[in-house]
Amino acid sequence: MLRYVLKRLVSLVISLAVASLVIFLAIEVVPGDPAAYMLGLNAQPDTLAALRDQLGLNGTIPARYLSWIGGMLTGDFGTSYTYRTPVADMIGERMWISLPLALYALSLSTLIAFPAGVWAASRRGSAVDMGVMGVTQLGVAIPNFWFAMLMVLVFAINLRWFSAGGFAGWEQGFLAGMKSLTLPAIALALPQASILTRVMRSSLLDTLSEDFIRTARAKGLTRRQVLWRHALRNAMIPVLTIIGMQFSFLLAGAIIIENVFFLPGLGRLVFQAISARDLIVVESVLMLLVFAVIVVNFAVDVAYAAVDPRLRGRR
Amino acid sequence: MIYMTFTRGMVSALALVAGVGMAQAKTDIIVGMQLEPPHLDPTGGAAGAIDEVLYANVFEGLTRFGPDGSVNPGLAESWEISEDGTVYTFTLHDGVMFHDGTTMDGEDVKFSLDRARAEDSVNAQKALFAGITDVEVVDPLTVKVTLDAPNGAFLFNLAWGDAVIVAPESIDDIKTNPIGTGAFKFDNWVQGDRIEIGRNPDYWGEPAKLERATFKFISDPTAAFAAVMAEDVHAFLGFPAPENLPQFEADPRFQVLVGSTEGETILSTNNKQAPFDDVRVRKALAHAIDRQAIIDGAMFGYGTPIGTHFAPHHPDYVDLTANTAYDPELAKSLLAEAGFADGFTTTLKLPPPSYARRGGEIIAAQLRAVGIQTEISNLEWAQWLEQVFTGKDFGLTIVSHTEPMDIGIYANPDYYFQYDDADFQNLMEDLTAESDPEARSALLRQAQEKIAEDHVNGYLFQLAALRVANAKIVGLWENMPTQANDLTAVYWED
Repeated sequence: MLRYVLKRLVSLVISLAVASLVIFLAIEVVPGDPAAYMLGLNAQPDTLAALRDQLGLNGTIPARYLSWIGGMLTGDFGTSYTYRTPVADMIGERMWISLPLALYALSLSTLIAFPAGVWAASRRGSAVDMGVMGVTQLGVAIPNFWFAMLMVLVFAINLRWFSAGGFAGWEQGFLAGMKSLTLPAIALALPQASILTRVMRSSLLDTLSEDFIRTARAKGLTRRQVLWRHALRNAMIPVLTIIGMQFSFLLAGAIIIENVFFLPGLGRLVFQAISARDLIVVESVLMLLVFAVIVVNFAVDVAYAAVDPRLRGRR
Repeated sequence: MIYMTFTRGMVSALALVAGVGMAQAKTDIIVGMQLEPPHLDPTGGAAGAIDEVLYANVFEGLTRFGPDGSVNPGLAESWEISEDGTVYTFTLHDGVMFHDGTTMDGEDVKFSLDRARAEDSVNAQKALFAGITDVEVVDPLTVKVTLDAPNGAFLFNLAWGDAVIVAPESIDDIKTNPIGTGAFKFDNWVQGDRIEIGRNPDYWGEPAKLERATFKFISDPTAAFAAVMAEDVHAFLGFPAPENLPQFEADPRFQVLVGSTEGETILSTNNKQAPFDDVRVRKALAHAIDRQAIIDGAMFGYGTPIGTHFAPHHPDYVDLTANTAYDPELAKSLLAEAGFADGFTTTLKLPPPSYARRGGEIIAAQLRAVGIQTEISNLEWAQWLEQVFTGKDFGLTIVSHTEPMDIGIYANPDYYFQYDDADFQNLMEDLTAESDPEARSALLRQAQEKIAEDHVNGYLFQLAALRVANAKIVGLWENMPTQANDLTAVYWED
């Protein structure tokens, strides 16, 4: 097990190094000068040069890459061009919204998907199964921003139960914070839950048709016992993969939902930074997201090994 | 639906019960804006959102703009101009304090002006200060500014947000903790979300009527609509979805204010790129455009047609729209005369705002009708700045020039549309040197006519200032003579 974990760790470090190089080069070749963006139409050439100097945009590309990577290794993500505050602080602040939102949405989707998937699989072909499949088909098909706008219309504009968006702030209390994240979390969770339900169901059905299940039934276990004791654990691998992917997606991919609910999260930060050519922010946030994806994948790999002993021995 | 109406009724009944005893007028306001300022230093960036939060509220200059665009005394209570027009002696208000408790005096004025014109200055409007040769502090309340030549627009220039007075003590943190002299103090900035300002109890002038104001940043037009409808914000300044305004107008909870801005929206034309170097082609372009159709289609009817690069609400404005009336037949014959009977193909590069994207599609169709094919490309602002503004690699583009009184850009042959005309340049030199108001307005009229005759650009419309507010809010500026949201006189009606 230790050997397996070590191997995964090495590949994690290599992936990170390659990703950082790709991100840096990709962002550097994007056209657009951050200084010109900040100073607008009446800026004079000497003013632009002065600002570029202030921002440290005059160094060579390798030197800037090394200073970026070096800074990041020591926890210094640099200073945002436009906001002029440390990028690490900005990311930290946004994390307090994006991370809870992602976890909230993921919990909702898992809480819905597990029972729904198991229920549908255990009653294959029944009305319940058909119903679950129909609803999840709809859930996958509905664009989440549209669903979000619909919820705003009903719950914020008509019923006035929630505000139309914005974040109350954790300093207003845990419940107030969670309340402002509720509609966005539901909007994000709906398609995820639908996907997860379907994966859960089909994975469970696959497992239920395998020989060892028949053996277990033959030795006298009830359907329910087989389901809970043998099938579920074996059906978990694809489900874990999807959950891992969903978490990284939710962390980074909430850009549209954050815009609909004007939440100051990571997605919106990246969005603003890209249009303002605040390259250092874009690079750092992307790197962080890559880091999150790779670490989550690492955790999922380790979790596989825990669920499935065969993986530990594999070369 | 029945269920929803019923619930809504219940909720409003509850709200009524809860509302008893709240008869007192509100003293705080939440104001929505589409764009967030990148930082809070009006003297170090071009983003309009910086001034829209801070100008007149937190920071003040020697002079300031009134709601009608007039230039009024600000921190300078009066001034004297020397006979030859090159020396301005400002008398400052006594007892003005910065929000950190330090006094504002002549040294701060000198510091601010010297900083703006310094070699390493990053002031986005550095040209405003170009003529200053010396700033001298005569005594704490008297400052003498010497110019290299008379400049009739100097007091106007000093009213810009880029010319506000800042203090050396607080300059290092100005981008995140702005310390000014205004009727509101900066309180808090939750980046990506909101900026809060509160009343300055020690203000030297008429104190602000509101206790607190929060600027909330909502970039998505649909979200902006929802926020106003749900009354999450009390007002939205620069409302991004003109198509929704009729709905607010019909709702007694809201008032809709439609004013004018300084934004001349133009079909900018590359005067050095063939075939636009031929004035007949540019004239054909002007006649091929149906302004009203663009205003109706792109702005849902909000906007005033213009025939030159000048704000229609300005007293010196000349309405020249009739000279370039929509006449596709004339456009075609002009093109034929210039040797383009079969038309030609050019590029149309569009920045992100909806006036450009939606307007671009309409203009492309109108040009196609006279034989001009356009290759449309949609650009982000940063790309637009690089390709169009700096690189001058474009045939046509649509952009709104939002700086006040910016007809002077036509005197710069290197400016991106590359209009190079000696007569116009002389005209602008005369204007700068002239301080007699009547002679100035005659020159301004001449300048407007000159660029209209030369059809430098296609002149489309003046961008409207669209605001939605709770019906009980009083004192919001209707027009936007500069990019500012002066909240100092805003209050709630009982």
